[in-house]
Amino acid sequence: MERQVTREPGLLLEVDDLHVRLRRGDREIRAVRGLTYRVSVGRTLAIVGESGSGKTVSCRAVMGLLPPTAVVTGSARLEGKELLGLPDAEMREHLGADLAMVFQDPVRSLNPTMRIGAQITEAIQEHLPLSRGEAGRRAVELLERVRIPLAGRRFHEYPHQLSGGMRQRVMIAIALACHPRLLIADEATTALDVTTQAQIMELLLELQRELGMALVFISHDLSLAASYADEVMVMYAGRAVERAPTRTLFAQVRMPYTRALLEAIPRLDRPAHSLLPVVPGQPPDPSAQHVGCSFAERCPNVRPACRETAPPLEQHEPDHFWACWNPCQVGWAG
Amino acid sequence: MSSPTGPLLAVRDLVQEFEVRGRGGSRGGVVRAVSGVSFDVRPGETLGIVGETGSGKSTLARAIVQAPRPRSGSVVFRGADLARLRGRRLLEARRQLQMVFQDPYASLDPTWRVEEIVSEPLVAHRVGDGASRRSRVAELLDLVRLDPRRYSGRRPRELSGGECQRVAIARALALSPALIICDEAVSSFDVLIQAQVLNLFERLRVELGLSYLFIAHDLAIVKQVSDRVAVMYLGRLCEVGPPDAMYRRPLHPYTLALLASIPEPDPNRERRLHRTIAGEPPSPIDPPSGCRFRTRCPRAEGRCAEEVPPLRVVAGDRQVACHFPLEQEASP
Repeated sequence: MERQVTREPGLLLEVDDLHVRLRRGDREIRAVRGLTYRVSVGRTLAIVGESGSGKTVSCRAVMGLLPPTAVVTGSARLEGKELLGLPDAEMREHLGADLAMVFQDPVRSLNPTMRIGAQITEAIQEHLPLSRGEAGRRAVELLERVRIPLAGRRFHEYPHQLSGGMRQRVMIAIALACHPRLLIADEATTALDVTTQAQIMELLLELQRELGMALVFISHDLSLAASYADEVMVMYAGRAVERAPTRTLFAQVRMPYTRALLEAIPRLDRPAHSLLPVVPGQPPDPSAQHVGCSFAERCPNVRPACRETAPPLEQHEPDHFWACWNPCQVGWAG
Repeated sequence: MSSPTGPLLAVRDLVQEFEVRGRGGSRGGVVRAVSGVSFDVRPGETLGIVGETGSGKSTLARAIVQAPRPRSGSVVFRGADLARLRGRRLLEARRQLQMVFQDPYASLDPTWRVEEIVSEPLVAHRVGDGASRRSRVAELLDLVRLDPRRYSGRRPRELSGGECQRVAIARALALSPALIICDEAVSSFDVLIQAQVLNLFERLRVELGLSYLFIAHDLAIVKQVSDRVAVMYLGRLCEVGPPDAMYRRPLHPYTLALLASIPEPDPNRERRLHRTIAGEPPSPIDPPSGCRFRTRCPRAEGRCAEEVPPLRVVAGDRQVACHFPLEQEASP
């Protein structure tokens, strides 16, 4: 268990020992297995991990967006107020007003039969006591704020008339409709081309500065975290395995899984035809109960202790947390 | 048969277009997906093609294998112009030209066993008998590092995405191809699986002397495996050359923008965001006149709207299609 930090000013979201169990057919998936982290006002946290690492499920749990069959335990507090277990009606008041989320697939998140202006107007009116006309004017402002050219004309268009990048901007506009204090972007740029991805990430950071929001972005891409986040948390098999401010982490990666992720990325400065360093195997069965470290089977640094007891996520150096009995040594830099 | 020094694949002035109907079927248009693309793939070489959505890179791959046939241009593979061959002769000429696609689940028949999938090209081309096909399948599965005893009897849904892609690669290798076209073949995988499959392609290249046409939207991935890289934008090639030189000193403004947009796993790297481009690619239905990149290009002048810049050799192995290419000092 990570050391408890007393609540400091500027702390926005506090997640403690979060566990999520999901039913999939007749199996129980232990998607999140004891997750603790903090997000401060105006900061950007990147949650990085592969498919099935629990990064998306943990954020959906915080937002109360999991199906009713999901079993969520632990604590998630927004400015000290507990979010887990809130009645639906009360949670809906927070959603949009305090917390908002942008998803990977804007096509499925937008209603294809409604003009985009109407969709934004509706999102505004759900939380603010504005007339339709006032909300509409605010919707056009939001479209301008997310740098959509000819916002007044786009207002009257349908989602299919927009490109993927423009649809994602509309989703961001909807998420911003009521000035949330925390914006969670779940693989929001994964489906986009690289030039569009750069534009959307820049936009998110600009909006964050303008509006003083905290930003949590979920990604499978450690490079994106390196380029845009203040702090990075790496997840594997439902747990956080390493967490640090971005520069600290990339200066000295400690958890062998983080190192494996980092080394496997094709980099522009690597010579052509070089083999990428890879770890064998695949992530463990999410329904299995692990004994010891869940990465032990694939880990180049494995020791007997790793198969017996799971290493806790602890602060070993200033602001640098890792969960490993045999971490990578100083001298190897990302 | 081509001479030993000649290209394995020579694509010349390839054009592919599709007619689309407008709303209500009244106002038609023509998608100019590929508009006069020429390049060579030399024996043993990997040519990477990088482009964003709508660049025409996948349409180009399909036009090369004649599915569907291109509007015009020639595709000379091992001395035979595929665009002029039909029926059995086309099938024979294409034996040594195979494809691997992005989604391995979609490209494999879910009801077939792995051994049936991998031996299908042998059956279709009537190669060997049952016994020799079985031993060939075992050999192919070994090549892609799947234990034949464990995997031969499985069906696609019993495999992970990475294992499925290995099966698709084994099938592509069945007829001992000289060239494999990989169309976003690693794009759908997490980074560790992606690295495993990239390394497999690399080992097969060395072990079997393969050539690849490696198509992807990610320049870092393309650069990892390629001897030369071609950058494609809205149906045309912008720049072709060795990837290291292109990375150090891009010649085309679009290549520079693409490089500047790629996040790298290094927080200390100077942010090059101010060099990225605004806006999005225009529609291929009514592409800009002259240079197709000019509507987003910071260097565009009047001439760019009037004249199509030809792909011309600038230095040694490098080609660029730009009236005002970047110079030395413009390195990223």
